[in-house]
Amino acid sequence: MKSVIALFKKDLLLEFRQQYTLYGIILYVASTIFVLFLAMGQPEDHVWNGLFWMIQLFVCVNAVAKSFLQESRGRLLYFYSIAGARDFILSKLIFNMLLMAVLSLISWVLFGLLLGNPVQNGARFMGVAVLGGLGLSLVFTFLSAIAARAQQNAALMAILGFPLIIPQILLMMKLANTAFSQVIQDSLGMIVLLLAGLDLLVVALAIILFPFLWKD
Amino acid sequence: MRLAWWKILCIVQLLIISVAGLLGDVPAKPILNETIRNYYFHVPMWFGMMIFFIVSVVFSVKYLRSGNLEHDIKAVEFANVGLLFCVLGLSTGMIWANYTWGKPWSNDPKQIGAAIAFLIYFAYLVLRNSMLDPDKRAKIGAVYNIFAFAMLFPTIWIIPRLLESLHPGGMGNPALNPGDVDSRMRYLFYFIAFPGWTLAGVWIASLHIRLKKLEEKKLQHA
Repeated sequence: MKSVIALFKKDLLLEFRQQYTLYGIILYVASTIFVLFLAMGQPEDHVWNGLFWMIQLFVCVNAVAKSFLQESRGRLLYFYSIAGARDFILSKLIFNMLLMAVLSLISWVLFGLLLGNPVQNGARFMGVAVLGGLGLSLVFTFLSAIAARAQQNAALMAILGFPLIIPQILLMMKLANTAFSQVIQDSLGMIVLLLAGLDLLVVALAIILFPFLWKD
Repeated sequence: MRLAWWKILCIVQLLIISVAGLLGDVPAKPILNETIRNYYFHVPMWFGMMIFFIVSVVFSVKYLRSGNLEHDIKAVEFANVGLLFCVLGLSTGMIWANYTWGKPWSNDPKQIGAAIAFLIYFAYLVLRNSMLDPDKRAKIGAVYNIFAFAMLFPTIWIIPRLLESLHPGGMGNPALNPGDVDSRMRYLFYFIAFPGWTLAGVWIASLHIRLKKLEEKKLQHA
């Protein structure tokens, strides 16, 4: 547990010192949304929702991709020798979860500024955006570990990840749609439970399977 | 030519289902009409696909535990056959939907689930082909196979039950509506069509596995 916290701190510190991911991604989101704004003005609710989740997906791929691809081979070996594989993947999962939660909120703010804000139930949408961001970051963190081991770039991660994430994205869009009006849907709790269950499953699988990935 | 008993059984079952499935009596149902015969050909594809993907993931787990490359060959070949069944299931479903729903694709939750399964296992094959070293390919492939399986199957077992759909069975059981078929059709399905098509898939996989093993032996002695 101590090494998990130490590794997490190291990632956080690196992020604060370099501030590469945060500003890079903000610029990425801002320019993408600006192009969308120029192309179509302010879209309708369901188009807004679809665009939001699509951009979240690409933000996640770009933000998370660097978690394993940035580390050199030698440095990875060093981490494994001092901390063990499980601690390492856990620290990465926690860091990326935090990163994606922050980025989800930032992209919501940017969306609101440029494309208008059709959300009526703000608290619910925020919850869905953060929950969705967590789910995306967990899946893509593990896939970036796979892609890094296969010595491939972020493109492979997208190929592997997009089919896997479709069911979750569909559920999140359904959830997010309920935040656009004040209606109450009864299957809401069920979907939230399903998404939370999937997140737990991903964490468990990552802890079980990751040791096989780094061992040569 | 000598064949194992299950291969003879497979041939007999597929002959029976081709004749009885196309010529036998079926209950006359509105909308479905004669297309209900697709029950013998379309539904076994999904049963078979799930069985092959489960077998594939079992061999992937076995590979990770033992490091025996033979398990990896079995895992990938069963995934291949599962993918073949998935394509056949999708296409038989789309032909059927063209006559009953009016168009081959209508974004039904079950169609989307099948398409996702196809994409995921195709990505598995792409991932394997991106690596050359056989041990590394086997290990990373196995990890992805297990991960993908655990992500895919809960969702395709749960989500269709939550959403409404045009597919027979509507809400509830995602594969079929028990009220649509009579006892004769059910008997033909569970004893002839489903085991027959599954055995055909096992046969295809076993041939591919033998071929792969021979190729490997040749490489070792080259």
